[in-house]
Amino acid sequence: MTPMIAVADLWKVFGARADRIVGTPLAELSPAELRGRTGCVAAVRDVSFDVRPGEVFVVMGLSGSGKSTLVRCLTRLIEPTSGEISIGGESVRAMGPKRLRELRRRQVAMVFQHFGLLPHRQVLDNVAYGLEIQGVPRAERHRRASETLALVGLEGQERQFPDQLSGGMQQRVGLARALATDPEVLLFDEPFSALDPLIRRDMQDEVRRLHAEVGKTLVFITHDLAEALTLGDRIAVLRDGELVQVGTPEELVGAPADSYVADFVRDVPRSDVLTLRWIMRDPAPGELCETEPLSHRTVIRDAVHRVLRADRPIPVVDGHEQLGVIDADQLLPALISHHRQVPA
Amino acid sequence: MTATVPPPPVLQPGGRVLAAASDTVVPARRGRFRTRTVAAAMVVATVVAYLLFRTDGAADSSDAAAFRFFDSVRDWVDANRDTSPFFLYGLNYVRLGVRLLVDAVQAALTGLGFAGLVAAVAAIGTVLAGWRTGLLALGGFLAFGVLGLWEQSVDTLVLTVSAVLLSVLIGVPLGIFAARVRWVGATLRPVLDVMQIMPTFAYLAPMTLLFLIGEPAAVIATMIYAVPATIRITALGISEVSPTAVEAATALGSTRWQLLSKVRLPLARTTIALAVNQTIMLALSMVVITALIDAPGLGQNIVNALQRVNVGAAFDAGLAIVILAVVLDRITTNAARRTGVHRSRRQRQARWIFVGAGVVVVAAAALVSIDPENVPGYSFAAPVNDLVGWIELHWYDVTEGLKNGISAGVLDPLETVLVTTPWWLFVVAVAAFGTLISGWRAALIAALAAAGLAGLGLWQHSMQTLATVLVAIVLTMAIGVALGVFCARHDRLATGVRPLLDAAQTMPSFVYLLPAVALFGASRFTAIVAAVIFAVPPVVRLVERGLRDVPPTVVEAALSAGSTPRQLLWKVQLPMARGGLLLAANQGIVMVLAMVVVGGLVGAGALGYDVVAGFSQRELFGKGLAAGLAIVLLGILLDRLTQGFHTSKGPRR
Amino acid sequence: MRTLRTAAAAALIVSLTACGGATSGAGEDEPSAGAKGTVNLAINPWVGYEANAAVIAYLLEKKMGYTVEKKELKEEIAWQGFETGEVDTIVENWGHPDLKKTYIEDKKVAVEVGPTGNQGVIGWYVPQWMVDKYPDITDWKNLNKYADLFKTSESKGKGQFLAGDPSFVTNDEALVTNLKLHYTVVYSGSEAAIIKAAQQAAAQTKPLLFYFYEPQWLFAKEKYVRVKLPEYKDGCDADPKKVACDYPDYVLDKIASKKFADGNSTAYQLVKNFKWTNDDQNLVSDYITNQGMSDEQAAEKWVNEHEATWKPWIPAGS
Repeated sequence: MTPMIAVADLWKVFGARADRIVGTPLAELSPAELRGRTGCVAAVRDVSFDVRPGEVFVVMGLSGSGKSTLVRCLTRLIEPTSGEISIGGESVRAMGPKRLRELRRRQVAMVFQHFGLLPHRQVLDNVAYGLEIQGVPRAERHRRASETLALVGLEGQERQFPDQLSGGMQQRVGLARALATDPEVLLFDEPFSALDPLIRRDMQDEVRRLHAEVGKTLVFITHDLAEALTLGDRIAVLRDGELVQVGTPEELVGAPADSYVADFVRDVPRSDVLTLRWIMRDPAPGELCETEPLSHRTVIRDAVHRVLRADRPIPVVDGHEQLGVIDADQLLPALISHHRQVPA
Repeated sequence: MTATVPPPPVLQPGGRVLAAASDTVVPARRGRFRTRTVAAAMVVATVVAYLLFRTDGAADSSDAAAFRFFDSVRDWVDANRDTSPFFLYGLNYVRLGVRLLVDAVQAALTGLGFAGLVAAVAAIGTVLAGWRTGLLALGGFLAFGVLGLWEQSVDTLVLTVSAVLLSVLIGVPLGIFAARVRWVGATLRPVLDVMQIMPTFAYLAPMTLLFLIGEPAAVIATMIYAVPATIRITALGISEVSPTAVEAATALGSTRWQLLSKVRLPLARTTIALAVNQTIMLALSMVVITALIDAPGLGQNIVNALQRVNVGAAFDAGLAIVILAVVLDRITTNAARRTGVHRSRRQRQARWIFVGAGVVVVAAAALVSIDPENVPGYSFAAPVNDLVGWIELHWYDVTEGLKNGISAGVLDPLETVLVTTPWWLFVVAVAAFGTLISGWRAALIAALAAAGLAGLGLWQHSMQTLATVLVAIVLTMAIGVALGVFCARHDRLATGVRPLLDAAQTMPSFVYLLPAVALFGASRFTAIVAAVIFAVPPVVRLVERGLRDVPPTVVEAALSAGSTPRQLLWKVQLPMARGGLLLAANQGIVMVLAMVVVGGLVGAGALGYDVVAGFSQRELFGKGLAAGLAIVLLGILLDRLTQGFHTSKGPRR
Repeated sequence: MRTLRTAAAAALIVSLTACGGATSGAGEDEPSAGAKGTVNLAINPWVGYEANAAVIAYLLEKKMGYTVEKKELKEEIAWQGFETGEVDTIVENWGHPDLKKTYIEDKKVAVEVGPTGNQGVIGWYVPQWMVDKYPDITDWKNLNKYADLFKTSESKGKGQFLAGDPSFVTNDEALVTNLKLHYTVVYSGSEAAIIKAAQQAAAQTKPLLFYFYEPQWLFAKEKYVRVKLPEYKDGCDADPKKVACDYPDYVLDKIASKKFADGNSTAYQLVKNFKWTNDDQNLVSDYITNQGMSDEQAAEKWVNEHEATWKPWIPAGS
């Protein structure tokens, strides 16, 4: 399957003469040294990843890790210093201004942390903005904008101005604006970090629901690990502009690539993320097991009830093949401990 | 250790202090579509009414009741100047007192001699504002000698300093009162509003009536022009003092006086220093204009040059004015900036040593007698005149075509429509549209002003002036917005242009007449050109600031949706900078009006001409004074109508 | 000097307070009787005046040791200066019976000092080429016939009549109205602007009807023809709003403040003795306007070449 987005060897260096750094020994310097020597800051360093069609790809990192820069490089809102980006198989960096605008108008839409709504336009016209600049006639674009507003649950708010809405509703408008042009890819730049926790959870649910309904490819930037774990099919962890690890939530929690990632995931309740695969043991020879097996994809938490009730270890299977067994001795530490466990 | 310097208040030319945008009122949105319909209906109604009732635009009578009234006032004043107690014990003493002040300042400055004064200004610059400014001051004042304009420059400086002293003496206490006593502030505000939209020209005739011609009248006129800025900015500084500091001092048991002298004044001193800076700049521009009522100095050279259509001679004088403005501005701005900086003990000691050294140098220089006439001279007159000659020769068709095109194509039709509008229809239209744009309160004032124009018997001239102002403001906005957009988009250009805009804003309005006259001769279009040159710089600034204030996230969102640069500008940036644009329009209109009437000196006719003729011809005195009043009314009218722009529909937050 | 003045003025304030009230002239320079003091010379805005003033100032300063302060003032403001003490003398006055009444008869702050020797003529003029082409244009009755020729951007569809400085005392607007001429009076703003327009009209054969006057150096360079307006009769210009006749001929004269005259200094006597011809004035005006000379240089050149003329002006014993 061709990836929806493919990024290869992407660099973004800020500062004077930024283009003279990539490909020289300077590129190997630590951020502090680089800054000292050249005054430049490498916000994105040699990043490569693929995003599959229909996937929710989360880029996670602390503030200053370069994640916002990275996502802006994808549609060249920030011009990359070097590297390759392709969307839908077409090289973005080779696009002329016109083709680039087409890409932004029809293929890729973005949702922003601070919403970026136009305060002088009503909600309806905000949502219709993308269509308007494509030259869609007024009636048509208003019809489509209304539909999209209904999709995000904002029926009846068309005539409001953005500042008359709550933060959560404003971000729904932002979301609707991005969806209105029916793009293939949606980019989310920390869309919910300005919202309070309850609303944030609502909005995450909303994104999950929409993803299920419309099936777009999503690239989602966040500094919130819980959000990343909830939404992401795969998560990329960024640190000082470099990609530290790309993997499923499970892989991140179960097998952090280094101490940085491990630190990150330390407080994650393991039983919520890890599957039985990560804690099962080999059956002892001649050991008697329960007859009803558990799939190796079962999350630990969901297995608690059965394992603790069972008298004997329960076999863990992948289809018909038995991978191992699990009993309370394996389960309990996983439930209480937050310590690092690496699968055998 | 450095204390943080509070950001300076937003100052506009004319010393207007813009209120913080926080008091913007959010308009009711539901009415928006209805408003549009109403507006359209009103336009149609106005057009129909105009077509039904238009007049043939009779010329103003030369004998209106208002003129006769002012003439009789003049006659009374003339007859009683030396007998009425009002003059004997009042105004004549004011005049005498100001005369003494001017003489004292004059004695102090000329007493130093050429070398002494140059050294003194350089020393003051160095001590107050640092050695760079000191050097600038040194070079600037030497330049007066080089240009052969030493005496005139000193005369201008004398008048400016006198007027500023008076303004500070009166303005700072009033400003404190205005900030601390509610009713004083409330009473002063409308008075200051009107004073600030009064075009400089309108002051002159009443001044000659009360104080005759000469330096005292000039200084008083200048003071009246400059003092609103002193009062406003001082009041702003006092009221901006952090309430926490006041609370803390109160908690410690300070008396009101202690609060003022130990907390409020010290904390507001940076702003007050800025008030002085603004006062100086305004005073300087007015002092130049008072040449028309026999104030000595550089203004005389410019009046003279205007009369001889000698652009080159005016260029030297204009340059000297700009230099004086820049030197005074740099010294006071940097001094104001430094008042916010706390010095260590050692730095303070060093400063005293500096001051001592300065005094010694100045004293030594004062003893050296150099005749400024012996300074090697240079005049730009010849090259500038050559250039003007060349332009007249080669651009004649272009300038003439432009002038005739705009005059015949835009100005004349507009003027005809306005002049043939019956005055009552105009008043009704002002009231109706005013209510729509700025609310009924402002509309009422504007309509009263409009009715006043008719009442003064200067309907035709007022409408002619209005037509010129409208054409000029449209041009100003078109050029100003285009340049502002350009500057907002090109950082490097903006950095390059900014000092030019700064310099342009410190120049007295008078100076702008010269290039316009050189290019276009004597006509209304000349006044339009001068007004455009005069008003464009602040418009550019306000537009640029408005555009740059558009939140980057919104711009980014629009870009990421695939907006073209043009779509970004028209659909996002300009609508969002609306507050700034409308504010610019309001500012621009007031400035354009001020300049258009000065254009009366160069053939722009109408009210400006009436004013000029009024203080140069006895028979026309009454008409001139009425015209001055009409200008003020026109100013109030335009300001009220457009002021709704930025108070009621500012940028939403 | 200034310090002295300040002290004097301060003393004056005290004395005035004692005797009740300050008059409008209080605090101004006392007449510089006897001593070589300062002469405040008004400069009205036309070059002919400037020529008179240049020569007088030059003689006062270089030959008699006075200081001259030149004050650029419009005519009527200069008259006000007699009252305030800002002005000692006006050296080319065009008529102004009303001002004479106010300041000389009523207020008694000024006195007449006799003619300058110049004959003043004011009238409406057209360039010579127009007379060649339209011979009957010099009669005002035919002006309406030619109004279209004089249309400009400023004339509102009528013919343009170009006037000068707003401070010049003119009857043009009244004439246009009262003679029912289809013309608009447009003010060029200054003498220089009229001259420029007149020169262009002659050089580029452009139509121009304008306010002009003699003595005037320009007549030595180009030919302009006066349009005949209804003849001037004594008193026909009494009511400025009903004037329908041509301008009278003027005998230009000099005016001095009463204080200056009473002081009878040698400076006053020089002003009193000053008398020359239109040609003299035109010569100096030409130096100033066209030879690129400053007032002082022009005066110096003329003085060096015309000693016989000015020698008698210098009072004995100075």
